[in-house]
Amino acid sequence: MTDVIRLTAAELGRKIAARELTAVAVTQAFLDQIARNDDAVHAFLYVDAEGALAQAAAVDARLDAGETMGPLAGVPLALKDLFTQAGLPTTAGSRMLQGWRPPYSATVTQRLIDAGIVILGKTNLDEFAMGSSTENSAFGPTHNPWDLARIPGGSGGGSSASLAAFEAPLAMGTDTGGSIRQPASVTGTVGVKPTYGGTSRFGVIAMASSLDQPGPCARTVLDAALLHEVIAGHDPLDSTSIDAPVPPVVEAARSGDVSGMKIGVVTELGGEGYAPGVEQRFGEALDLLRAAGAEIVEVSCPHFSYALGAYYLIMPSEVSSNLARYDGMRYGLRAGDDGSRGTEEVMALTREEGFGAEVKRRIILGTYALSSGYYDAYYGSAQKVRRLIADDFDAAFAQVDVLVSPSTPTTAFRIGERIDDPLAMYKSDLCTIPSNMAGNASGSFPAGLAPEDGLPVGFQVMAPPLADDRVYRVGAALERAVAERDGGVLTDQIAARWVPQAQEA
Amino acid sequence: MAELMDYDEVLARFDPTLGLEVHVELNTATKMFCACDNSPGGEPNTKVCPVCLGLPGSLPVVNGRAVESAIRIGLALGCSIAPWSRFARKNYFYPDMTKDFQTSQYDEPICFDGHVDLLVDGQTYGIEIERVHMEEDAGKLTHAGASGRIQDADYSLVDYNRAGTPLMEIVTKPIGGLGAHTPDVGRAYLAHLRDLMVALGVSDARMEAGNLRCDVNISLAPKGATELGKRTETKNVNSLRAVEDALRYEIRRQGALLSAGGSVTQETRHWNEQGWTSPGRSKEQAEDYRYFPEPDLVPVAPSAAWIEELRATLPEPPAQRRARLQTQWGFTDLEMRDVVGTSGSLDLIDATVGAGASASSARKWWLGELARRANETDAELADLPITPAQVARVQALVDAGTLTDKLARSVFEGVLAGEGDPDAVVASRGLAVVSDDGALGEAVDAVIAAQPDVADKIRAGKVQAAGALIGAVMKAMRGQADAARVRELILERLA
Amino acid sequence: MALSTEEVARLAGLARITVSAEELATIAPQLDIVLDAVASVSEVANADVTPMTHALPLTNVFRDDVVRPGLTREQALAMAPAVEEDRFRVPRILGEEA
Repeated sequence: MTDVIRLTAAELGRKIAARELTAVAVTQAFLDQIARNDDAVHAFLYVDAEGALAQAAAVDARLDAGETMGPLAGVPLALKDLFTQAGLPTTAGSRMLQGWRPPYSATVTQRLIDAGIVILGKTNLDEFAMGSSTENSAFGPTHNPWDLARIPGGSGGGSSASLAAFEAPLAMGTDTGGSIRQPASVTGTVGVKPTYGGTSRFGVIAMASSLDQPGPCARTVLDAALLHEVIAGHDPLDSTSIDAPVPPVVEAARSGDVSGMKIGVVTELGGEGYAPGVEQRFGEALDLLRAAGAEIVEVSCPHFSYALGAYYLIMPSEVSSNLARYDGMRYGLRAGDDGSRGTEEVMALTREEGFGAEVKRRIILGTYALSSGYYDAYYGSAQKVRRLIADDFDAAFAQVDVLVSPSTPTTAFRIGERIDDPLAMYKSDLCTIPSNMAGNASGSFPAGLAPEDGLPVGFQVMAPPLADDRVYRVGAALERAVAERDGGVLTDQIAARWVPQAQEA
Repeated sequence: MAELMDYDEVLARFDPTLGLEVHVELNTATKMFCACDNSPGGEPNTKVCPVCLGLPGSLPVVNGRAVESAIRIGLALGCSIAPWSRFARKNYFYPDMTKDFQTSQYDEPICFDGHVDLLVDGQTYGIEIERVHMEEDAGKLTHAGASGRIQDADYSLVDYNRAGTPLMEIVTKPIGGLGAHTPDVGRAYLAHLRDLMVALGVSDARMEAGNLRCDVNISLAPKGATELGKRTETKNVNSLRAVEDALRYEIRRQGALLSAGGSVTQETRHWNEQGWTSPGRSKEQAEDYRYFPEPDLVPVAPSAAWIEELRATLPEPPAQRRARLQTQWGFTDLEMRDVVGTSGSLDLIDATVGAGASASSARKWWLGELARRANETDAELADLPITPAQVARVQALVDAGTLTDKLARSVFEGVLAGEGDPDAVVASRGLAVVSDDGALGEAVDAVIAAQPDVADKIRAGKVQAAGALIGAVMKAMRGQADAARVRELILERLA
Repeated sequence: MALSTEEVARLAGLARITVSAEELATIAPQLDIVLDAVASVSEVANADVTPMTHALPLTNVFRDDVVRPGLTREQALAMAPAVEEDRFRVPRILGEEA
C-alpha cells in the first residue's frame, strides 16, 4: 500500500468514493508511514490511530451503503495542535496545556469530521504558534524532511513537515504572520491563508485575534482548494466570520488560467537580505507566469517596510491579553500551590513554569505596548500603520489583480541558527505579515529549489479580501508550469527518500 | 471606628460632591457573550460553556437583546446613543474572571450624556448621567475558613454560573450643590433606577439579590472652593437605606478628618452592614488595566431607525406615570402614598381599572383584602394567584348587586384557593345574593310572624325598627339576600 | 529607548510572570532590540490616519437571546487542578480586603 501515500488527496478521495480503496486501508497506510518516519521528522505530537481508524471505518460504511459524500471523504489529515478536538489532547505546543483534553471541538475540526476527513493526529508547532521554526515547541523541534538539520518553518512546521514526509496528504494550519505560508515555502508545499473572516477561528487557540486565520495545507494546489472549500464559510460562533459565499477556489485551482491577468511584483519585498537562489527562482516563476499569458508589472507598497514593526506591537499586545487566562486556576498546569501561597503568587509561578522564553518575551512586550503612557506611541501608532498598509493594498489592487513576492527571504535555516536572535527570526515573516495586517487572502506555492542549497523556494500570491480564488488561480498556473519544467510537483523530488519502494505494486 | 463630626457642622463648613456608579444585572435569557442560561442561582458550575469558562479557543458573540436593553436604558435616562461604539478588554488577574480580562467598554460607551430629574420632598434635582456601558459579570467566590471572610480564608472556591451575566454600568457625573440633601438625593436616584429597570423590564432590579449594585463616590470641599476634594469610593452599598447611611457616614468621617487639619486618602472603601465604612485598596496602587479594543468583537453601530424603534417601546417615566394616574384616579396624596408604598400595587390597580373596575374599588381590594392575604403568606401582591381581570369581575358582580362586599371576600378566598374564576366560585359555593321575591317573601313572612312586637312598631310608623327584621332575614338567608329588596318587602307588608 | 531591568520586572509583575534575575538580564536587552526595530512606526503614524483595529469593516454581529446547552458540571470541572464542593478550588486571595 505504500504507493497509496504518494497519491494526491483528490486522487485518494476519488478512489475511495469509487471503492477502489477503502478509507481504512488509506488511513492505515499513513499511520504506517508515520510509524516509519516520524521519529526522524517529529511532525506529530499525538497520533490518534484508534480514532482515525474508527472514523475511516465509519466513512467506509457510509460509502458502502451507497451514500454520496464529499470529494475528500476518507482522506486523512494532520491537524495542527492549536485546533481543539473534543477528548483529544490539545497542547498548543506548551507545557501549560500538557494533558488538557478540551470538552469541545473547533468549528473547523467539526467541519473536517462532517466531511468524512480522517484526522490522524495533532502536529507540532511553536508554543502558542509563536515562532518561525517550531523550535519554540515545548516538546522538541520538528525537522525539515528536505534536510533534517534544518527547520520546517513555523509555527506550523509539524503540518508542513507531515506533508513533505508523506505522512499525510492534507494538513491544517493557522496563520497570524506567516505560520502557514513560511512553513509551506521552506518545505516545498502549498499553504493558503484565507481572507480574514473566511474561516472560523472558533475553537482555535488564539494567539493574536485580529490576525489569526486558519487555512489549508497540502502538496498540490487543487488539494488545498478542496480542503479550503470544506473548512470555509460563515460561522455564527465567530463574530468576525464573514457571512458571504465561499469564493470559487476549487474552480480556480482546476482552471489555472492566468491569461490576461495583471500581476504586480511588490518592489519593497526583495533585494537586500533576500537569498540569491530565492530571487532567482522568484524571477523564473514570473517568467513562467508571463509565458502563461499574465502581464507582470512592478508596484510599490511604501508602507510595507513598517509592517514588521507594527506587527511586533499589535501581535504581542493581543497575545498578552489572550494568554492571560493561562493562570492555573481552571485547567492546565498549576505550579507552586503549597497551601501557603496566595493566588497571585501561584499564578505567577504557573506562568513562569508553563511558558517558554519566546512566549514570555511577547507577553512582556505586549504588556508594555498597552500600558498606560505608552499605548498611543506603540499600540495606537501600530494601528495607524496597519491602516496605511491596508491603503497600500487597496491602491495596488486598483492597478493589478494580484500582488506577488517571495514567501520568505531565505530557504530553510539550520535548527539553532536564529534561536538566540529574535529579530533575525522575526524577519522570516517579512513578506507574509502585510496580508495579515490587511486581512486579505494570500498563499505560498513551490517555485523550485534554490541552486545554492537545493532547498525549496516559495512564491507568494496576495489577492484582495474575498478574492481567495485568484490566489489559487495563480498558484495552479505556477504549479503547472513548474511541473512541466521539473517533471512533477516539487515534493515528488523527495518522495523517493521518504516513501519506501512499492513492494507489490 | 473612625472619628465622626456632627452632620450639620460638616455641612456648615463643606460642600459635598456626589458620584454614583450603579451596576445593573440584566434579566436576559442568556449571558452577555454566550448562549448559557442567565437565570439566577442553580447548582454550582452548571450554567457554563467553553466561552464563559474562558476555555482556550472559545470566542464571544454579543447578545443582541442585551444591546437592545442597553439602548433602552440609555434612552430612558435621556442619553445620546453612540452611532458607533466598541467593546474593550480591561486586563487584570483575578480568579473569579475566567479570561483574566473583563470584556467591557472603555472610551466608547454605547450611551452617554444623559439627564434625569428627581423629585425629593417637593424639590426637583437634576442628575447628569456620564455614561451607560455594557460589560460582563464575574463568577462567585466562597471563602473557606472559620469566618468565611477573604482575609483569613485558607483557600477559596469559585462557581462560574454568574460569569458572563450581562451588566450595565450607569455612571453619573459629579453632582454638587446638594448640601445636606446629598444622602436623600443619592437614595432617591437609586430608587429611581430600580423603578426604571422594572418598568423597562430589563432587570429584576432586586437589590438584596445583587441585581443592582451601587458604588458611592463622595468628596468634600471647603465652602466656596472651586476645586473638588479628594474622594473615596465606597463599594457594595446594596440597599436604598445603605446608600443614605454610607453617604452620611462618609460625610461625617471626611468632615472630621478635614476639620482636624488632616486629609482624605483617595481610596476604595467597603460598606459594612453595621453602619460604617472601612478602607480597601488605596488608589495609589491603582492597576494599569491596559484597555484596548476587543479584537474578537466587531463594533456596535445602531441605526437611527433601530434606535427610534426602541424609543417607541419605552414605558412612561415612573414619576410622570404616577402623577398622571393620581390625577386620572382622583386619589388624594395620602391614598397615592399607600399605593406607591405597596410593592406592585400601582401596576395591579392600573390593570384592574383597565379591566373595567373603578379606581377606588380596585385600590380598596388590592390594598385591603388582597394585601392582607399576601401578608399572611409573606408573598408579593403580584405573586398572588389572582389576576386584575378577576378582581374587576368580582367588583362588577358587587356593582350588579349579585355580591355583597362580604360575599366578595368569600369569592376572593375561593379564587386564591384555586377553585376557578369568580363566576365559578360564586356558582360552586352558592354565593349569589337572592333577590327572588318568592324566596325572600317566605323568609320575610316568617320573621314578621316570629317578631310581632317589632312588626307592630313598624306598622306604627317606626320605620327604623325595620333594621332588626332585615338582620334576621339576612341571617336566615345566610347573608345571601339582597338587603335593599328585603327592606322593601318588609315595608310593603307592614305598610 | 532602553528598557531597564526594573521596568521589565514591573511589566512581568503586571503580566503575572515570575522572572528570575538571570532571565531579566537576558530579556531586557532582547526587548530593547525589538523596541528599537518597532520604533519606526511612529515615523508614519500621523494624527490624520484612522487606526485600524479590525481587518474587515463588519458591525452589529449579534446573537439571538436563546439558551443553548453548555457543558455539564463534570465536563466543566474535569480539567481543574483542584475541585471542592463542585467548585473550582483556588489558593487564598491576598492583598485585597473584602
